[in-house]
This record gives sequence, structure tokens and C-alpha cells, in this order.
Amino acid sequence: MVETTLHNPDAISTAEEARAIRLTRARRRSRNNIFRHIFLIICSLIMIYPLLWMVSASLKPDNEIFGTLWLWPSEFQWNNYVEGWDALVVSFSRFYMNSIIITVLSVIGNVISCSFAAYAFARLEFNGRNIWFSLMMMTLMLPYHIVLIPQYLLFLQLGWIDTYLPLVVPKFLATDAFFIFLMVQFFRQLPRELDEAAMMDGCSPFKIYWAIIMPLSIPAMATAAIFSFIWTWQDFLGPLIYLNDVKDYTVPLALRMFLSQDSVSLYGEMFAMSVLSIVPIFLFFVIFQRLIVQGIAMSGLK
Amino acid sequence: MAGVSLKSVNKKYGTVEAIHSIDLEVNDGEFLVLVGPSGCGKSTLLRMIAGLEEITDGTISIEDRVVNDVPASQRNLSMVFQSYALYPHMSVRKNLAFGLSNMKMPKPEIERRVADAARILQIGELMERKPRQLSGGQKQRVAIGRAIVREPQLFLFDEPLSNLDAELRVQMRVELAGLYNRLGTTMIYVTHDQVEAMTMATRIAVLSNGHLEQLGTPFELYNFPQNRFVASFIGSPKMNMLEAEAKGGAVELADFGSLPLGDGVSDGSLAVGVRPSQFLVGDEGDVHASGKITLVEYLGSEMFIHVQLASGRVMMVQAPGHSVYKLGDEIRLGISRRAAHYFDSAGLRVPLFDKQDS
Ligand SMILES: Nc1ncnc2c1ncn2[C@@H]1O[C@H](COP(=O)(O)OP(=O)(O)OP(=O)(O)O)[C@@H](O)[C@H]1O
Ligand SMILES: [Mg+2]
Repeated sequence: MVETTLHNPDAISTAEEARAIRLTRARRRSRNNIFRHIFLIICSLIMIYPLLWMVSASLKPDNEIFGTLWLWPSEFQWNNYVEGWDALVVSFSRFYMNSIIITVLSVIGNVISCSFAAYAFARLEFNGRNIWFSLMMMTLMLPYHIVLIPQYLLFLQLGWIDTYLPLVVPKFLATDAFFIFLMVQFFRQLPRELDEAAMMDGCSPFKIYWAIIMPLSIPAMATAAIFSFIWTWQDFLGPLIYLNDVKDYTVPLALRMFLSQDSVSLYGEMFAMSVLSIVPIFLFFVIFQRLIVQGIAMSGLK
Repeated sequence: MAGVSLKSVNKKYGTVEAIHSIDLEVNDGEFLVLVGPSGCGKSTLLRMIAGLEEITDGTISIEDRVVNDVPASQRNLSMVFQSYALYPHMSVRKNLAFGLSNMKMPKPEIERRVADAARILQIGELMERKPRQLSGGQKQRVAIGRAIVREPQLFLFDEPLSNLDAELRVQMRVELAGLYNRLGTTMIYVTHDQVEAMTMATRIAVLSNGHLEQLGTPFELYNFPQNRFVASFIGSPKMNMLEAEAKGGAVELADFGSLPLGDGVSDGSLAVGVRPSQFLVGDEGDVHASGKITLVEYLGSEMFIHVQLASGRVMMVQAPGHSVYKLGDEIRLGISRRAAHYFDSAGLRVPLFDKQDS
């Protein structure tokens, strides 16, 4: 029996055919792979070029910045960083301080208030829950520019113009529907039996949130924190409208001041400061995205 | 320890009635098992006792205290969930201690209770692990541990073993029974596994569609099912039902012929139920029928034979494992009138031979 199958000429030719097909497939696959990689590398170069350009511009002598597309500076102007820091009427130390205060408060406010609201929508029973939820979701569709003027008038009435209050207080009032939605979705996939077990263990709704839901939602919280950080840190319009005193300016507003000055010679310094302004975002992202991964591993939820 | 008493308890989800006015007395120190098909309301009933679900109508009392409006944590009971519901971010020790520290119990007392539970359930080495590092059986033990550290007067279990594989289920069943014997606390246990119900229960409550069909000891339920639902639900394989007509003190059975039942039976339709183990093979019994074997299921210690009678009806017959029945064999079955169960047209038990039996 074995003999016949082994020496069956048909069997051999089928085996060879199969190997030939496998080989052509493998060849085609590796060729495809090469093309795919080349394509992706080109795409990512295109994506990253502006960033590289900015970094290189921050190191170039002023006359080279717009003159050439070539990225490598003829001469490294590290001085741009030193001079840029104090080039404006107020030092960048101050601008960073302002930005950090606003951003940190906003992140804390957003994470706390939005997770409260999300917990209510995901777990508590109250009248008109679905209606409130859809109303909240509708605010996602409203462009910021539409609410800008009414909001400005409101804060004017409150006498909050020229303070950080309009930039920070709303963050503590769960105004960002996107984060609430993100967290509601996350909370909903936590098993309800956990809440019930906690309830039997004598937890109040707040304690359930605090001791069970929140520790298990670190990935969602970290995601919200990252987005909240990025959006607040790079927010230009908000500070532009509500802040008038240069001493209160945030980093993006300060960068803009380089342009409003008459002298053209500060481009290098401006790009140097622009590069520095990305560093906090980068650091924050690196730290918090690790929390996302850790959180998912820790919860061990299937 | 405490008894539980349900008085016309009713539950509606919107307009759908999940529980129809159930009365149930659970005695102090009893192991009561709730069984029934999927969706019959077992979990709902248990969750109402636990306080996780509002009751629409009626009263629930635990140890003579009406608890309708008492929050779950103050009913002095513990519940073990089907999915265990261990807190994934806490170690086993924290999982056990969490409820106690919420009650502001002094530290040494918490430690004593946690250590006790760990000893009873043999989870001492697992105390610092997180739930995700435990096997299914270990998680189950921790879940039970979390229930016993509270030293409640009532335990509630919602299908606690259904996520375990067959072997582990048997082992945990034995352990649970041991735990019950040791603690003597009242337990209410939901399952749809008959073996669990029959082996562990002091009494079983059979539910169907939100109605309480019968409440009784496993012996009563198996031997004196009060209606057709209980008769076919308890016992595996199912009881054979022969629809028939009673007339003049006898019942006319297809295939088997006329079975005299005495004066106690009134005319009208009557169903005769015979458990697979109650069929007699050969010439014993009061009426007989012959049939052909269409399937033999061999289980080792016993075998189940499907026998097709002349009318085409198939009877399930249990035979000892050493018998030699083969597919296609002719076999003669007998029914003894005293071993059969009788149900009237409303599906209720007609207690014809119960007295002599008991
Ligand atoms: N929150 C709810 N809303 C509406 N109907 C519900 C709700 N919970 C349960 N029900 C209904 O109530 C009935 C009883 O449900 P229950 O969960 O008590 O069944 P069960 O006997 O535990 O079933 P299983 O063995 O599948 O767990 C079912 O028909 C179910 O659809
Ligand atoms: Mg259930």
C-alpha cells in the first residue's frame, strides 16, 4: 500500500506541482512585501518631512531656512535655542509655566468630571437617561466656532476674561462629550456583576466608581488624558480669545508673537521654540500610553 | 442562620411578568435548590432575595425581618456569582477583605476571617495572586471565600459551578456539600444541573415560566412529581409519557392494552408516566408490549435502549450495563401499575398508588 502511493507517478507530479505553486507564491509574496515596504517608507517620509524640516530649521542660520529644501544645516546654530528662550518680552519659562498650569488642570478636570458623567450614563438609573445621552452626543456635532461667541459673552458677563477660568473651569464640568462617550463605552464592557458584587460588599455608588470602575478603566482614563493634554497644550484659539496680557500667554500664543514682531531675523529662534513646544506632548504620550497597555494587562478582563 | 420567606412575590419587567406570585418558605439551615429550564426566572428570584433586583409586589423576609427596602449589603447574606465577579485589580487577599473593610471591621478580625476562609478552602498559597493568575476552580474557591468571610446568615449561589469542566464540577460539588455540612448556614442554590440539585439539596424548588411547580425533597420530587412538568424535568433520561383514556376503572393504553387501576380513577384522559428504569423486561408487570430496539446507548454501568412499539411510539428503557441487547432485537416490555405515575387532563398528579408506596 505504502509502496504504491510512494511510487505512484501521479502522486509525485502532484507533489512537485504543489511545490512549484508554493515557490511562485512565496516569490510573489516577497516581491509584494518589498513594494509594500518601499511604498510605506515613502509615505512615512512624506509625513515626517515637515517635522524634520522644523527641527533642521531650528538649527540653521536664518538665511538658509527658506533658501533650500536640503535638511542638513551648513552650520549648527544651537544658539537659537538659548536665545529663543528669552527672545520675547517675557521669558519662555513663564509661558511654559502658564501652559502647564492650564493643561494639567484641564487634564485633571476632564478625566475626573467626564468619568463621573460617564459612570452615571453607563451605570446609574435616572429619568431621561437616554435623552440626556443623545443630547450630549449631539454636542459632538457642534463646531467649536459656533459656540465661541455665546461662550465669550457668557464669560464676559462673569468677568472671567483675562483669567484662566474660561479655559479651565469648563473642563471640570464634563463639557467634552467625546471623552464621556469614550468612557461610557469602556465602562459598559465591564461586567455588571462586578458592580453587584461590590454592592453586596457594602459599596455606595461612589465607592463602586472609585474602588472598582476607575482602577479597571485606566486605559480609558489614560486615553482621555493623552487627548486632553494634546488638545489643551496646542489650543490656540481659546487662549487667544480669553487672554490679553502677555504675561498670561501660553506657549502657542508666544510662538505666534515671533511673527508679529517686525524683525525677520527671529525665524531660527521661533523654530527652536516650536521644537521645544512639542517635547511635553511627546513625553506625556510616552508615559501615558504605557499606562494604557499596563491597564489592559492588569484588568485581565477577557 | 436564618429562614427566608417569600409571600406572593411578583416581578415584572415592563409588562412582561418574569415571576408570578411565588410563595416559598426556606427553613433555617436548609439547602434549597432552585431548578428549572433556562429563562424560568431562577436568577431573577435569587437576585430579588439578594436585593439586587426590586420586587414588583409581595414581601420577602429574612429571619422574620421584611427586607423589601433593605439594601443588599445590609441583608446579612452573601452571593456567589456565576462569573465569580472577582475584582480583577485586587489580590485574592484584598478580594476577600474588601467587603469586611467596607464594614469598618477591626483589622485583626478581618485577618482572622480571611485566614479562616483561606484554610477552609485551601487557598493559602494563592493569597497574593491576582484573579487572572488563577485557574477556574481556584477562582471559584476565592469567590466562595469572599462569601464566607462575611459569616452571613444566608448564602446565595447562582449556578456557581457551570463554568467549570465536568470533573472539577464534581469535585467542587462535593466540597460545597462539605462546606454546607460544616457551616450549617441556610443556602439557596440556583442550578439547571439535575445532579447538582438532587445530590446537594435538602429541598428542591422546581420553577417553570415564573411559577413554582413543586417544592419538596429530592425523594418526593423523583417519586411523587406533582405534575407533568416536574415529572419530565426531574430524572434523566426523561420519563416516558403514554397518553391514554381512562374508562370504568381501567386505562386503555396503546400497544400495552388495558391496565386496571381500581375505583380511584375517574373517566377521561389520563397520562401514564413510566421512568426508563421502571420498565420491566420480559414477562413481569401488569401489561405488556413488544417492540424493536432502534438504538442502544451504552454507558458502562447501564444502558439506555430506545424501543419502537407497534404504534411507532419510542420508549426509553434503562437496562443494566451487562445486558446484551443489540440493535434490531425484539424486546418485550412490561409496566407495573404501582410503579407508574398518573396525570389527569390538567397535568396534575392522580395519587393512585402513592400511599402504599410511601
Ligand atoms: N433586566 C431584564 N429585563 C427584561 N427581562 C428580563 C431581565 N432580566 C431577566 N429578564 C427575563 O426574565 C426571565 C427570567 O430570567 P432569569 O435570568 O431569571 O432566567 P434564569 O432562570 O436564571 O435562566 P438561566 O438558566 O438561563 O440563567 C427571562 O425570560 C428573561 O428574559
Ligand atoms: Mg440565570
